[in-house]
Amino acid sequence: MKLQTATRLGLYATLELARDPAQTLSSADLAERFGVSTHSLAKVLGTLSAAGLVQGGRGASGGYRFTGNRRRVTLMDIVALFEPAPGSRAKEPGEDTEIGAALQRVLTEIDEIAEATLRSVSLETLLGSSRVG
Amino acid sequence: MIAIRPAEPADLSAISALDARLTGQAKAVYWQETLARYAGGPPERHFLVAETSRGALVGFVAGEVRAWEFGQPPAGWVFAIQVDPKARLEGVGSALFEALALRFKAQGVTHVRTLVDRKDHLILSFFRAQGMVAGPSLQLDKELS
Repeated sequence: MKLQTATRLGLYATLELARDPAQTLSSADLAERFGVSTHSLAKVLGTLSAAGLVQGGRGASGGYRFTGNRRRVTLMDIVALFEPAPGSRAKEPGEDTEIGAALQRVLTEIDEIAEATLRSVSLETLLGSSRVG
Repeated sequence: MIAIRPAEPADLSAISALDARLTGQAKAVYWQETLARYAGGPPERHFLVAETSRGALVGFVAGEVRAWEFGQPPAGWVFAIQVDPKARLEGVGSALFEALALRFKAQGVTHVRTLVDRKDHLILSFFRAQGMVAGPSLQLDKELS
């Protein structure tokens, strides 16, 4: 499954902060940890902040901390902030043909399984299974 | 304090009522037959209940070790698990699952399996939290017209 860069960064940042909800990390700390620019991360952190998952302090020394519920927030909650909602995408050329429709049924089946998997894994479960939380 | 113990025939009405309340479908005959098959049945079959210190039934789990089911080596299958919503987030489901897994392990199997409605995110999350991941099989389905 291919996730957009912003989605992957959103997952990384949320999970890193959720490891220890008491910790505060600056966007520069997070960017360095994942080898990306602070510019790439700034927009992602803004989206996470607007969703109430993280809270950012003001100023250069201000950092971010996790403000969600590790047991309630799932990977899908974060993915949904960055990826198009299922069913919201535009029709691809050829989808109205018999073959296109049959192919689309298979792709939808894959999407549904992927969504069910992402929705079933809470941050708590993922951090617990990776033994880093 | 929650205690886990093997189900007894006298638990039938509480099990049936809890399931009917949670699923919206009364299946008295099904649970009567299941309990008769599992409770006190062959050692590979298990039906456990969770009860409070006051004797109130707040959950149950049923499963059995099956060999070569769908071509797979012996594994413990979880067929049903229900927890009273009032007792959720108190570790009742985990205690039931662990008790069943321990019995499976004692019988020499190395894997526990189940089937879950992929749209039932609550139960999917529960099994994930127990450490379960996608298994070796894919369930396939066809509507018979």
